[in-house]
This record gives sequence, C-alpha cells and structure tokens, in this order.
Amino acid sequence: MHAVDGVNFAVEKGKTLGVVGESGCGKSTLGRLVIRLLEATEGKVLYSGENILSYSDEKMLEMRKKMQIIFQDPYASLNPRMTVSEIIAEPIKVCRTLTKPDDILEKVYELMETVGLADRFVNTYPHELDGGRRQRIGIARALALDPEFIVCDEPVSALDVSIQAQVLNLLMDLQEERGLTYMFITHNLSVVKHISSEIVVMYLGQCVESAQSDELFEDPKHPYTNALLSAIPVPNLSRRNKRREVIRGEVTSPINPKPGCRFAARCPYAKPECTAADIPLKEISKGHFVSCILY
Amino acid sequence: MTEQTNPVKKIKKVKKRSQLKSIWFQFKKNKLAMFGLLIFVVLVMIAVFSGFFLDYDTQVIGQNMKERLRPPSSQHLFGTDQYGRDVFARIIWGTRISLFVGLFTVALAMSTGTIIGALAGYYGGRTDNVLMRIMDVFLAMPGTILAVAIVGALGPGIVNVLLAMSICRIPQFARIVRSSIISIRGQEFIEAAKACGTKDRRIILRHILPNAIGPIVVQATLHMATTILGVAGLSFIGLGIEAPIPEWGSMLSAAKSQMRYQPYLMIFPGVAIMIAVLSLNLIGDGLRDALDPRMKN
Amino acid sequence: MEEKLLEIKNLHVEYITDDARVFAVNGLDLDLKKGETLGLVGETGAGKTTTALSILRLLPERVGRITRGTIRLGERNIIEASEGDMLQIRGEVVSMIFQDPMTSLNPVHTVGEQVAEVLDLHKKYKSREAVEARVDEILGLVGLSAERKKEYPHQFSGGMKQRIVIAIALACEPQLLLADEPTTALDVTIQAQVLSMMKELKDKLHTAMILITHDLGVVAETCDRVAVMYAGEIIESGSVEQIFDGGDNHHPYTVGLFGSLPDLTRKTRRLNPIEGLMPDPTDLPDGCRFHTRCPKCMEICRMQKPTAIIRDGHMLKCHFLESQLASFSKLSAESVEKQ
Repeated sequence: MHAVDGVNFAVEKGKTLGVVGESGCGKSTLGRLVIRLLEATEGKVLYSGENILSYSDEKMLEMRKKMQIIFQDPYASLNPRMTVSEIIAEPIKVCRTLTKPDDILEKVYELMETVGLADRFVNTYPHELDGGRRQRIGIARALALDPEFIVCDEPVSALDVSIQAQVLNLLMDLQEERGLTYMFITHNLSVVKHISSEIVVMYLGQCVESAQSDELFEDPKHPYTNALLSAIPVPNLSRRNKRREVIRGEVTSPINPKPGCRFAARCPYAKPECTAADIPLKEISKGHFVSCILY
Repeated sequence: MTEQTNPVKKIKKVKKRSQLKSIWFQFKKNKLAMFGLLIFVVLVMIAVFSGFFLDYDTQVIGQNMKERLRPPSSQHLFGTDQYGRDVFARIIWGTRISLFVGLFTVALAMSTGTIIGALAGYYGGRTDNVLMRIMDVFLAMPGTILAVAIVGALGPGIVNVLLAMSICRIPQFARIVRSSIISIRGQEFIEAAKACGTKDRRIILRHILPNAIGPIVVQATLHMATTILGVAGLSFIGLGIEAPIPEWGSMLSAAKSQMRYQPYLMIFPGVAIMIAVLSLNLIGDGLRDALDPRMKN
Repeated sequence: MEEKLLEIKNLHVEYITDDARVFAVNGLDLDLKKGETLGLVGETGAGKTTTALSILRLLPERVGRITRGTIRLGERNIIEASEGDMLQIRGEVVSMIFQDPMTSLNPVHTVGEQVAEVLDLHKKYKSREAVEARVDEILGLVGLSAERKKEYPHQFSGGMKQRIVIAIALACEPQLLLADEPTTALDVTIQAQVLSMMKELKDKLHTAMILITHDLGVVAETCDRVAVMYAGEIIESGSVEQIFDGGDNHHPYTVGLFGSLPDLTRKTRRLNPIEGLMPDPTDLPDGCRFHTRCPKCMEICRMQKPTAIIRDGHMLKCHFLESQLASFSKLSAESVEKQ
C-alpha cells in the first residue's frame, strides 16, 4: 500500500507549511514520517541539512527534543489516567531535560500559562475538561522540550468553530514569540490559508501541487486543487444557486496503484498519458510546483 | 486568550486518588454490588479472626465420636458430622481456606498472565504468535480436566491444587490483557509518548497498563469466584484439599454418604460456597459497570 | 403562501440523571413551512440534536423529557401523540439522518434490505416486485446502481453510505427531513457531492428540511432560512439573506461565529474568537445566557432574559440590539414566553 509516494517539499525556519488533502491522501502519515514516528521505506528527511533518517537511536533521541507533534484528537491523544501536569511533565521526565521535581513543576506551570490553561487545572484529569482545553494540554506537552519544529496534525479539526479560532490564534502567537516552524496538516482549506505561508496539496499519497499560500488560492493549477477549492462551502451568498463543477467519483484505493497520476480516474481533463508513467513535479513559476500533464 | 492565573504555587500532588474515588462513587450506586461487597467483607473478617476464636486441633479437626451426627442445636449451631466435629466451626475455618486459595491462585495467574499478555500485545508479530499459541494449548483443554490432570499427576494437597488452579487461569488473563493492550497501543497518546522517545518499558508500565487495569480487575474478582468453585469441585471428587482440612468441597463430598438422614451436612457447606461465589460475582459485575462507562470518557 | 408544516413553541427539554439536571433546550420557538430548508446552527452543546430528537420523540427513555412547550406537525400535536401514532410518523412523515454514516447502517443486512424495510413498514405494495422496483428507483435517485443493493454496508465508502442513509430517509417521501450534521464526517469533495444530491432530491420531492450544522458555509449554500442556537434557545433567526447580509443588526454571538471563521477572501492577521466557553447546561447563567461572553453586555443582560424582537421575519433576542434598533418591534404579547 502506497501511503506516501515520492513527496518532495521544504519548509523554511519560522514559517508554516500547510499540507492539505482529504482522507487517504497520506498527510497524517507524512507528518509522522517526518518526525520518524513511522519509518520511511525510501528517501531523506533533511533537518538543517542533515538526514535524520540515518541517525542512530541516541542521536534520534536528541533530535526528538527539537521536533514535536500535536495530535488531532483531543480525547485520544491524552492518557486518561494521567493528570494535566503529569502529561505535560512526561516528555521532560523521559528526556531528562530537568530532573528535580520542583523544577519540573515550575516548568509545567510556565507552560500552562503560555497556552492559557488556568493553574487550577494542574491536577485535573483530561476527561474533566472540554476539547479546547485538552488541545491546549497537547500544545503545552509539545512545547515542553522547547522544540524548533512542530508537526500539527489537524489540531483544530475536532473543535468547535469559536474554540478553533482561539487555538489557531494561540498557535500563531507562539510561532511569532518563539520562532517556531510548523508543518500544519489539515483538510480545511480556509484554516490552512490563514496559517500557512506555503501549501502542499496531496492526493492519495502524491503531492499534486505546491505553492505560496496566496498564489495557490489565486491561481490554482492542478485539477484536484481546483476541485477542492470549488467544493468548500463559503460562508457568504456569492455562490448560491450557481451551477458548480462537482467532482464525481470516490477516492480510489491506495493499494497497488497504477502508475502516473492517481487523480486521473476522477479528473475531468484526464488523458491516456496521465496513467502511462509517473508525472514529476514541475516548477511552472517561482515557487509554484505542479504535477500534471497539462503543464 | 489566557484565563485567570495565580502566582506560582506549589500544589502537593494529592489528586491521584480522585480516579479511585469516582470509581468508588459509581460502585456505591449499585445496591447489589454493595451487598456483595458487604458479604465479602464479612467473609474476610471471619477468615481473619477465626483464628482467635477457634482452636484448630480441638474444635475443627478434633474428633468426638460420642457427639457424632447430631442435628443443629444450641450447642452445635450447624450440627456435627460423622466424626463428631462441630460443623459450624469447620465451616468458619473453611472460609480461610477458600479465600486463601482463591486469592493466591488469582494473584499468581494474574501476574503471570499479565506479563505474558503484555508482551504478546505490545510487541505483536512473532512474540505474540508464540506466546498465544502456547496459551491456546492450555485453553483448548477444559479447565476442570486440566486441573484434574495436574493434580492427578502431582498428587492432591493444597500446593498442587493452587498450581493446578492457577495454570488454568493464566491463559485467560493473558488474553484479556493482550486485547486491552492491543486496543490501547494504537491510541494517539501512545504515539505522543513515542514522539518524545519514551522507551518501551516505560510505555507499557506507565501508559498502557494503568489503562488496562479495569478489565483485569474485573476478571480477577470473577476468577476468584470460579476458583473457589473449582477447588470445591476438585475436593468433592477427592483430588483437592485432603481431609481433615475443612474445605467446603471436601465437606460436601464427605457428606454424600449421610445425605439421606443428615442433609444439613450437605446444605451448610453448599450454602457457604454459594454465598462466597455470589458475593464475588456481584462485586465483579459492579466493578465492571463502575469502570466501563467511565472509561468511555 | 406556503402553509406551516412544523410549529414549535416554547420547547423545554431536560435530561435528568442521577447527578444533575441538564437543561438542554430552554424556550425554543421554531417555524417551518412546507418545502423550506432551515439551517439550525450552533456549537456543541447548544441543543440542536436534542431539538431534532424531540420532534421525533426519540429522546433517551427515562432520562430525556420534554417538560414544557408544544410541537405541532401540521394538524398533529406531537407531544400528546401516542406511540402508535409516532411509529407511523417516523419514517413516513418525518425522517432523520445522523452524523456518522459508519454506524447508521446495520452491518448484517444488505443495503437493499434496509431500504426495503422502511418501505415495508409504511407502504403497502401489491407485490415483492413492486417493492424491489421502488428500491431500485430510490437507489438510482441517490446515484447508486441497482446491482449494488445486494451488497453490505462495509463494501461502501463513507460518502456512499451517507447516500444510502439519505435514500432510506427519503424512501417514503416524508414531508420533513431532519439532517443532523449529515456531511461533517465526510471529505470536502464528497460533502459537495452529497449536499448537491440532497438539494436535488429536496427540490424534486418538495421535502422540508432542518439541516443541523455548525458550518456556516454549508448553511449559506443550501438553506432558505437560518436559526442560530445558543444554550438551548434560538437567539437569532431569519432568511439566509438577512443572516448573511454582513451588516450590524446581528446578535453578538452570530457576529462572534462569523468572526471566528478564517476567510478565504481576506488575509487577516488574527481571528476574532468569542471569549470563553458555552455555559454548563446544568448551571446556566441568569438573564441572557450569552451575557458572560458578550462584548456588548449591559446591566440588564445579567438579570433579565431578553424577549424576542422581530422585523420582516428577522428575529433577535438581545437587550443591546433592542436598545439600538428602533425599527424592530417586539413579538406580540401571547408569543412572549413567561419568564
């Protein structure tokens, strides 16, 4: 099964790379591959120029302090048997960045304040809190080791709209204050535009297009990107009663895929060349890459 | 958006108990479970304090042929058996035996089973295969037959009975633990632990097992009940605890010949077994209910 | 002038558990005309699903209770109807589809059987063939080929399962469809397909629909009217043009909801979320339920619940707006709920 196939991209320090796609596109897998929660079968992950995939276990342990992850599900990503402070302190204890209990507790309070969790929650259990607060715990945990790079795997998808906004603002504030670099994975195009400087669009494990955030929305090239953009319901009346191109069909299976573009089965512009051979990512304008025979 | 924060205070970690407290709170609501618990506590008290009130040699196993086969009276609450021994005293003492055997068996089976199940569940692959196939061999044999075979080979007596009872139960614990672990290990908080480089041992001990405890504890109480029943069964067919030790099952067995004219000799041990097993079942069910919907949170 | 299909007045629903009383719906008024699509918008805990379940009298037994108010469906009084009447209504007059297509279908029956089941319950067909023909017809309406009716739910994707669920719901051509977040669990492109299909069917069959969602985009594209729900009551309602006019005459909560959305058309530095959280339904604040989070909170908001004001079908419950907007009039005396 080809979860992620031949994906190339780069993220600049202090910026956010948005990774967008629907279910089965491999974006979550990609996030985990980048921090080696899953092992890649091929390829390189260069962090500050060095390939971390070749790192030994000890070196990787050091690396983990710099690369962290925030998960999507605020219910499943926290150990139900640990209190808030225990959850946040856990990475510190595991990596031994601090050893004295008092120091650790002080750091926990500091982190809670940073993410906007009141002191009084320090000894509560996750199930006693709502989704927004739980996600803040997840963020505090990700910050515990003072990382430089954070993979955000759909961190706001499970939250209500007004809480989403609060958490997004928090993430953006943190990025500014600490110079963090994010890889922001989501299926929500409006959220990704808001937070990313650059965006990669994925379909069934392949990267189909990548560009600067504004450019992708103003001038999308790949048919799938176009389909995605036209499918998003917008909260105003501009598109009401307009006949829209609704893409047909369902996502095909990622098992033993045919060569070439995997979107061909649903693409309104598909030609036989599309599935003849793999189509490389081509730079059609500065920083804008597309993988499509139309270009 | 920040909420009201207070100046840094060092709060002592006391709250760990609150999870147990809420489980207890749920448990308390279940009247039947509380009833079972009450009875069990009474049984434990009896088991613990019987040593102070009864002298083993004279009252429990001491024979008195003049007083044999007396029906229940003010002198002998439950009557006397064919050797003149006070049935009441023997039943009381039997509580010790049954509870001890039950507890010990379950403790042994639980610890061994948990280790096996944890390793199989966490590592999967070949480890899982090998361990579980070994467990399957034991599971394939009916529990009673297995116990009989083991005791038959090793001879009766309390140690061998314990061993036989434990071995039957290890696979069942292993399975429960294994499936708990499989369902937990895929959860995101385990991934989160791995993302900071947590080693396997810590993941199993600190993250997985505390979450798997629920079903294990329920299983433990229910197994205690079946163990008591199982030991009684073994003793009944003469393969369990040997005379003159007043184990309820062997008392039942001995009473077979007197069944017609002294039915009380069978009734009292039978009822004792029933009460012990029932109380444990009620507790086990109550625990399962108290733990389950809460864990859904 | 379309006639009223559904009329809910002053609905109060509680969940009573051992630990607490949860005030899920607190004084809800709602009207729906035949063939109309109403978007019921709100966040988790607002009481939207509870409202839908109340219409069908499907609240969890013993725990959920309608404590006050009336629900009229056409001529019928739902609250006083017998269970027998309700059985006839469910599926035939009012249908509901739920959020999670994965669990809405019975895994051990074929898809065709499940569609046929609802037909058998409510319609008398002359023969088996007639039923099967209708099943084929309905599956065709939702874009599924008739051969697939012998397959089991697990053989379909999420989007297709949801179509099947919709097919079952519309099989008897009910007058009202309650759709509880029908596309939330689906991918965006599949969501577009399903919504477009729902719209077509709705137009064809003249079914009225209450679409429960938290997604304002979906509302803008599919609904005729909108009702915004907060803490168990509707705090603003109106036509979709009125609600999305981008003007100032909106409830602060509605403004907050719109402000929380990242906009595809504009680059904003920060979003404007609403402070705080939805109140605990076991312990609702006095006065206006929203006052603890409201940027326009006044003294009166803390103490007195606002009464509805209305103009041209645009309804608001807000003291602040009441003081600002002279052109709105209060709802007539008999509609005002007793505080």
